Amino acid sequence: MEIKDFINHFADQFDETDKSEFNPETEFKTLDEWSSLIALSVIAMVDEEYSVKLKGEDIRNSNTISDLYNVIASK
Amino acid sequence: MYNPFSLKDKTIFITGASSGIGRAVAIECSKLGADVIISGRNPERLQETFDALEGHNNKQFLAELQNHEDVNSLIDQIPLLDGIVFCAGYTKTLPFQFINEDELNAIMRINFIAPTLIAQSLLKKKKIKNGASIVFISSISGMYISFYGNSMYSASKGAINGMVKGMALDLANKNIRVNTVTPGMIQSNIINTGIITEEQINADIKKYPLKRYGNPNEVAYAVIYLLSDATTWITGSNLLIDGGYTLT
Repeated sequence: MEIKDFINHFADQFDETDKSEFNPETEFKTLDEWSSLIALSVIAMVDEEYSVKLKGEDIRNSNTISDLYNVIASK
Repeated sequence: MYNPFSLKDKTIFITGASSGIGRAVAIECSKLGADVIISGRNPERLQETFDALEGHNNKQFLAELQNHEDVNSLIDQIPLLDGIVFCAGYTKTLPFQFINEDELNAIMRINFIAPTLIAQSLLKKKKIKNGASIVFISSISGMYISFYGNSMYSASKGAINGMVKGMALDLANKNIRVNTVTPGMIQSNIINTGIITEEQINADIKKYPLKRYGNPNEVAYAVIYLLSDATTWITGSNLLIDGGYTLT
């Protein structure tokens, strides 16, 4: 798993936010488009792409994309 | 004592009785005098429900309801029934873009196809008395509203509500009544899968005019109403139990 690929998959869950907004330090919950539905989509994407079952708490406890990436890498 | 909601001398079969709504329905039915037959998948938890039942003519069956052998053996052993309550079910939270054939088949099979075919087999084997009452636990999700990531669950519950109407018509000549209850969110294990955070649950609770989720007993009392002789002229209906959620 590469963080670059992860960021791409992560960005795919958004429709309006420009791809350039996403980098390892992006605090994703501060993005205007962030919503509980996108949170569910991220959980489903991580299960599909990485076979890792994230919990809502994992998202709640992560601030940046790289925080979330590290949670996935540790599972 | 006068009690039009009594279930005395009735034999009631309840699926999904090892937890949540199914467990509450089983226990409350036994307290109102019914002989209760329960099925579930988890032996320890099913035993816990069984131990909480009142009366001495209750039975329990460990069964996977999508397993034909389990179901056939259960149907053969089951006595003549005055009522059935289909409670077994689960939800899978996936945004629509992520649903797939396997997950869709699994949820339709357990929430909709299995209870449907069990009811049909019980009828065919003459295990359901004329004048009996069949109750399906449906949901506001599918019948009235849905929730984010809940399209498959809504489909399975919507299917129940559609079928119940046709079933009620086809069984009316036997005086068998078929109804659903459609609860809002109930405090039970079905929501504790971790995908939804505590914070999101608390925010959701605020959307209920009565300011809380329901508890399994509150669904059980509605089921009992539909099982009892108080409702001998109610068929094909849905009883909404949602703390006012669908009003807003």
